[in-house]
Amino acid sequence: MSTRLANSGRLIDRSKPVEFKFNGKRFKGYEGDTLASALFANDQMMVGRSFKYHRPRGVVASGAEEPNALFNMGEGGRFEPNQRATTQELFDGLTIRSQNHWPSLEFDIGAVNQLFARWLPAGFYYKMFIHPRPFWKHVYEPFIRQSAGLGQVPQEKDADTYEHFYYFCDVLVVGGGIAGLAAALKEGQAGKKVLLLEQTADFGGRAVVDGVEIDGKSAEAWVQDTLAALNAMPNVTVRNRNMASGVYDHGYVLGYERLTDHLSDKSGPRHRLWRIRAGHIITATGAIERPLSFAGNDIPGVLLAAAVRDYVVNWGVSVGDRTVVVTNNDDAYRTAIILKNAGLAVPAIIDARASGAGPIAAEVEKLGIRVLKGKAIAKVKGKTRVTGVKVCLQAGEGSVIEEIACDCVAMSGGWSPVVHLWSHCGGKLNWDEDLAMFRPDPSRAPTGADGKAFVSTVGSASGYLSTADVLKDAGLEVTTNEVAAAPLEPVWLMPQGAGPKLRMKAWLDYQNDVKVSDVQLAAREGYESVEHTKRYTTLGMATDQGKLSNINGLAILSKSLDASIPNVGTTTFRPPYTPISMGAITGAARDELFQPIHKTPMFDWHDANGADWEPVGHWRRTYAYVRNGETVHDAVNREILNVRENVGTLDASTLGKIIVKGPDAGKFLDMLYTNMMSTLGVGKCRYGLMCNENGFLSDDGVVVRLAEDTWLCHTTTGGADRIHGWMEDWLQCEWWDWKVYTANVTEQFAQIAVAGPKARQLLEKLGGNMDLSKEGFPFMTYVEGKLGEFDARIFRISFSGELSYEVSVPASQGAALWAALQEAGKDLGVMPYGTEAMHILRAEKGFIMIGDETDGTIIPQDLNLQWAISKKKEDYLGKRAQERSFMASPDRWKLVGLETLDGSVIPDGSYVPAPGYNPNGQRNVQGRVTSTYYSPTLKRGIAMGLVKHGPDRMGEVIEFNREDGTMVKAKIVDPVFYDKDGEKQNV
Amino acid sequence: MSNAVSALNGKTATGPVTVQELGLTGMVTLRGDFEDEGFAAAVTQLTGLQIPDVRQFQTDGVKTVLWMSPDELLVVLPYTEVNAFVTAMNDALAGSHYLVANVSDARAIFSVSGEFATEVLGKNAPVDFEASQFVAGMVRRSRVGQVAAAYWKLDDGSFRVVCFRSVAEYVFGLIATSATAGPVGVY
Repeated sequence: MSTRLANSGRLIDRSKPVEFKFNGKRFKGYEGDTLASALFANDQMMVGRSFKYHRPRGVVASGAEEPNALFNMGEGGRFEPNQRATTQELFDGLTIRSQNHWPSLEFDIGAVNQLFARWLPAGFYYKMFIHPRPFWKHVYEPFIRQSAGLGQVPQEKDADTYEHFYYFCDVLVVGGGIAGLAAALKEGQAGKKVLLLEQTADFGGRAVVDGVEIDGKSAEAWVQDTLAALNAMPNVTVRNRNMASGVYDHGYVLGYERLTDHLSDKSGPRHRLWRIRAGHIITATGAIERPLSFAGNDIPGVLLAAAVRDYVVNWGVSVGDRTVVVTNNDDAYRTAIILKNAGLAVPAIIDARASGAGPIAAEVEKLGIRVLKGKAIAKVKGKTRVTGVKVCLQAGEGSVIEEIACDCVAMSGGWSPVVHLWSHCGGKLNWDEDLAMFRPDPSRAPTGADGKAFVSTVGSASGYLSTADVLKDAGLEVTTNEVAAAPLEPVWLMPQGAGPKLRMKAWLDYQNDVKVSDVQLAAREGYESVEHTKRYTTLGMATDQGKLSNINGLAILSKSLDASIPNVGTTTFRPPYTPISMGAITGAARDELFQPIHKTPMFDWHDANGADWEPVGHWRRTYAYVRNGETVHDAVNREILNVRENVGTLDASTLGKIIVKGPDAGKFLDMLYTNMMSTLGVGKCRYGLMCNENGFLSDDGVVVRLAEDTWLCHTTTGGADRIHGWMEDWLQCEWWDWKVYTANVTEQFAQIAVAGPKARQLLEKLGGNMDLSKEGFPFMTYVEGKLGEFDARIFRISFSGELSYEVSVPASQGAALWAALQEAGKDLGVMPYGTEAMHILRAEKGFIMIGDETDGTIIPQDLNLQWAISKKKEDYLGKRAQERSFMASPDRWKLVGLETLDGSVIPDGSYVPAPGYNPNGQRNVQGRVTSTYYSPTLKRGIAMGLVKHGPDRMGEVIEFNREDGTMVKAKIVDPVFYDKDGEKQNV
Repeated sequence: MSNAVSALNGKTATGPVTVQELGLTGMVTLRGDFEDEGFAAAVTQLTGLQIPDVRQFQTDGVKTVLWMSPDELLVVLPYTEVNAFVTAMNDALAGSHYLVANVSDARAIFSVSGEFATEVLGKNAPVDFEASQFVAGMVRRSRVGQVAAAYWKLDDGSFRVVCFRSVAEYVFGLIATSATAGPVGVY
């Protein structure tokens, strides 16, 4: 029976009882309990079933290392699987369900798996996947699926909120045990800005549980005094329930702060992810006790020895009335003493060492506890809870000497320093033969940009186990009441000669059901690397990441390989230390804050008028304005015809606008564009192409000369930031002595394209002081002045082939101008048009679109844009690349127009197959479609495409493939389908 | 001018930390050689303020000159004065190599004030806002959440935050959400 003791329990408040629900049953606990301690108090020994064999499992540990006690916690929007009972603080109303069983925890069908355990060893899945083939679908997959996964997946949206917080400090101390407290105090007194993080609610770590006296005062008092001193220092910040989950390069650390997990009141952020930059990181992360590998070491009631005394001292619960301690070191004797002093029975201490313990043995003897030296546990008796142990010689094969009845086994196989954070950025470890542990090697620390260590360890994390040594490592010389310990004896298997039957029941990894026999099998099958063995057996791959199993597993592996432990090495330690919530990683970035959506000044109007949105980069642009009863396609066609017949308005505010100014601006633009910009007259506009150094088209747009030394470069919507960066890159890194300044003024202006035969009429209706006549305002020029009451700059440019103006006003006036145009244009039939109409209008005119006709492998010559490439210029970016033989080859695919014979629309992405196959067995191709639309103007499908020798094949009919395997015939034509002579735009 | 509306038209979220969009505000980008006497003289003459040191700003309460980069300043001034200022600057610097651009409409500007305003910014910006590190008179160009932003600290401990106009709603939402979530308790 596990039960609540009458007295003890330093962390619980017996005046504050709380209720929680386990599998629908109401349980009672106290404030200060963890879920695990409360379950023990309610005699709930069995907490779940194991992953593979569905064996009954109980709590093993008392902290973050716990592999078994994982629960589906909460309900609805607060449901979360795999919550660890040992780190979850109890609160009123908490609800949990055990995992991985059906139909119930007590009667589980999957438990038959353990009867087949002989046939389910490591590598079973890998081997059995293959033969015979049909078995996969009908036998293996259903079986594996049924046994896959521990917890359930949440079904509802997370009801909680999360946030991030950036923090900077000189020194980050991780761990609020005595080592961390001492280290923080020392650094704080040195005037450093210190942040101390403790993952639990409580400070002091093991020292307070073990009842150590430091310089004559109790560890508890020492901790309280030190904490008070730290809290009094303005340069020290102390945070509990905040776990340093990972150490990254440049002193970057993530802290996982749990704000409401321990409260009934869930208001406010649940978790806060601290994004810390620390000058130096001190890990005072302590050590984790190792289990011993004996048969039945996974039966509920077998716990780590230190955990057993944690439950008594911290939470006032006993795991059992009769506890057998089994150990290879002196530390576990403390458990016997504490249990005995709490009035509980300790029938025996089974010490694997023939010589037994050091001076602590005398204390135990005084309490009348029997010590069996050189002995081992052959087997634990019991099914869903421990009923006794069979004792044997450690040196033998497991012949039973005697049986001892008990309901708890407290085991200790020694201690492993928590080296995770030390190792995340490459800190190396040394194997300490005497203590049988990996210890951080200070001479091979993780190093920062200056080549110096940016992480150091202190206390048990360094491998010091006595209080005096721990504090000495932290810079404090103290005297304690601890006696010297006798050496530990490494015990990796109990008894050392255990046969196959026992080894098959000796668990290494509880959560993933990996046994001693599995690791030995892996070694026999040739898995010599610890990383391979890990993956083959799944050792250490569960949510606890092998905190208990790794060292034992690799010791078994090294023995099987006849290699030394340091030669086998450890697996890689990776963040996070324990799992952190997805919500914490997301922070505030959810719902409307998930991603910044860039909105133009006219966004609200579009949204209120049927906008079907299209993401263009981070912008939202209107694809089409859909009216009642229309499909999106209907709307697009209507908008196009209206531009051709009346007048339309397009929100072009997203186009990039970059000012380039200076004495060398002309020279600079001549280098950036393929055509000549330095000769452009003031007040004039010119379409330009930009290529990268490799000759490929990168961006295009209209360049305007605003003044003698000032140009305004329009870029594509997606290109604004990129091209501005591109310009600055060349100016700052290559041509740093050229006198040019740039400014990205994209968002300063709202820009509206007004296009259609009635465009001039519409603008003239608004009035103002500008001459908008054909003669006074010719094509490819701009004017500046008042358009009505708006401060406007108007460019007479056309991307639709119609009479067209682009009106640019300060962004603040954009919404008003848009509304004014709709109002003034009512009797002219004005309609807004979206990006799809714009695309089709330009395709009807044979204008190329960056991203459609280009894909990063296309040069201007491929698109017959030789007219936009200056032959006079000595150089421009991409010129030399375009002269390379492959680029100049007449065999490159070139742009042509395409007209289907049946008037249908060629599917997007279609290719033109050519006879034969390439060396990869793929069909040869001779062209592909780049833009393809239904043209409402021409009432047929039109397309542009790149075709081998295309311009020389005018009139030829070629075939494009369709997804259904059929072909569509299309005639090669001139890409300009509409108004070839440009009369419409020039009225 | 009645047609002109700022990005969020003065939207405000009031609380222990208040976030307010400041409406139409004049902002002018100035690029030039800070070492050049003519440039420095023009800045001082037209703003009444010195060119600030690296990551600093100068202000008289009406006009503010902020260091943006080794060759870029941001001048913040009343919206109605921008056109005259740009013209005067062009006149003063005519013949030299410089750039003046009105960016008032390209931006949104916010005030973030209140007891834990510093922590609210600290939730969203990778900057050390410790009082001894980020003092009044300092400006940083960095980011807020996922977008570019600049922020500076005034004598009363409040902050100004500037971002692009198109993401004003995002920035306002992020800061207001962080304010509602409450203090961290370290500053």
